[in-house]
Amino acid sequence: MSHEKPRLIDDEGRRVDGRRPDELRPLHIEVDVLANADGSAYVEQGNTKVLAAVYGPKEMHPRHLGLPDRAVLRCRYHMAPFSVEHRKSPAPSRREIELSKVIREALEPALFLEQFPRTAIDVFIEVLQADGGTRCASITAASLALADAGIPMRDLVAACAVGKVDGVIVLDLNDLEDKYGEADVPFAMMPGLGEVTLFQMDGVLTPEELTECVKLAMEGCKRIYVKQKEALRERFIRIKKEVEAGEE
Amino acid sequence: MRWMAREPVISKMRKKHVLQLLSEGKRIDGRGKLDYREIRVEKGIIGTAEGSAMVCLGKTEVVVGVKVGLNVPFPDTPDEGVLTVNAELVPLASPTFEPGPPDERAIELARVVDRGIRSSGAVDLKKLCIVPGKKAYILFLDIYVLNYDGNLVDASALAALAALLDTKLFGYQMTEDGNVVLDKSVWRPLEVQDYPVAVTVANVGGELIVDPCLDEELSMDAKVTITVNKDGNICAVQKSGPGSFTVEQLMEAIDIAREKAPELRSHVLG
Repeated sequence: MSHEKPRLIDDEGRRVDGRRPDELRPLHIEVDVLANADGSAYVEQGNTKVLAAVYGPKEMHPRHLGLPDRAVLRCRYHMAPFSVEHRKSPAPSRREIELSKVIREALEPALFLEQFPRTAIDVFIEVLQADGGTRCASITAASLALADAGIPMRDLVAACAVGKVDGVIVLDLNDLEDKYGEADVPFAMMPGLGEVTLFQMDGVLTPEELTECVKLAMEGCKRIYVKQKEALRERFIRIKKEVEAGEE
Repeated sequence: MRWMAREPVISKMRKKHVLQLLSEGKRIDGRGKLDYREIRVEKGIIGTAEGSAMVCLGKTEVVVGVKVGLNVPFPDTPDEGVLTVNAELVPLASPTFEPGPPDERAIELARVVDRGIRSSGAVDLKKLCIVPGKKAYILFLDIYVLNYDGNLVDASALAALAALLDTKLFGYQMTEDGNVVLDKSVWRPLEVQDYPVAVTVANVGGELIVDPCLDEELSMDAKVTITVNKDGNICAVQKSGPGSFTVEQLMEAIDIAREKAPELRSHVLG
């Protein structure tokens, strides 16, 4: 079995998929894609495809799990068995349980949970195709699904990973760069408020490199934020058109 | 979502008190903002484990035990041994810990400690391989929380490092039929190549403090654990908790972690 590390940056400074270090993958976002969910969104970031749905605020079952002063946000990040090269067991792995927690904690600061005491808000995330950056695409999608469900929010949460591959700090790592790179930094923030809600790292970075990563991640999140708002706006234009068509 | 944990509850008055004190630059147990609680480290406390250590951070108590065995390497890393980190929040440690499979808190704790050890290269897994693709040492590192009073991550990471430094690697013998078995009559110390330590900085009402005790964790917005290796570089980060940090706070937290790490490390290396 060969496990040769491929070259991740070529002589012209281009990455394995031809991108420059500070370039995002093509990003496609759609809001309100599922009929049954109160809110939903679909995000395609390069070859990563993620679907998020929100149900709630709704009555908490079982009742004793409800909180008297606020809603309980619950989140499940899950990968489809066919989303990766070798079939993944559909049972939640330790990785998925950890990511469910950090994704929930990345979304929670954006919500006014105290407005819905004793209720539950469920966020379900399914990764349909994985090519790196799935937790970040999940946060980008889930925050739009929450907005689509009409839940009051302080801001949208935009997320993207940065990292170091072949000694270069790059934006929005794909799976190959994540696997063979020196470091990976998943990052999420509320760009309108300047608050960071997800910050993880593995690999080794000097403090200067980590600072550079954070700067680049903020830039990436701001670009994603613009696309998120566009997608949300499109959804309302669509509703407006539907209403107008109904009136005629 | 059965793995979701029930967090302990803090009274509103006590939370207000914690925040009020901090706004005056004071902490509920009298410490300075960048002071750790008293740290005690004891290595080799479990005779049946190949490596062990207990760390007390104030009233937080954690035991780590390392067991060593032989196993077949993973197919995608045939020339490497295996290190698995697991954490148990046993019910005797807190009224909010329940028996059963690890909940999300336990899994996050184990994975953050694991990330620090793995990223820093503290244990060279290649050196744990005996016959590539066939036999390798497997290290089970189990974190056992005995008393929960906040900041489990720093205590567990420190105990994990101490336990690794205490670990005996038994020799092995080839049997006639080509099998490899442990030979417990000889051993050498496990080679530890880096000394990663985790420093957790909490954002409590806008104030940054290290080593939050339970009352402070229940009053905080969020915390960030920064694992620092022996060269002062960062080898793992995890933001945790329901709130957020500003970018300036994160940068300050990184500086604080790099400043506090050598002090923590001296407790296990000394």
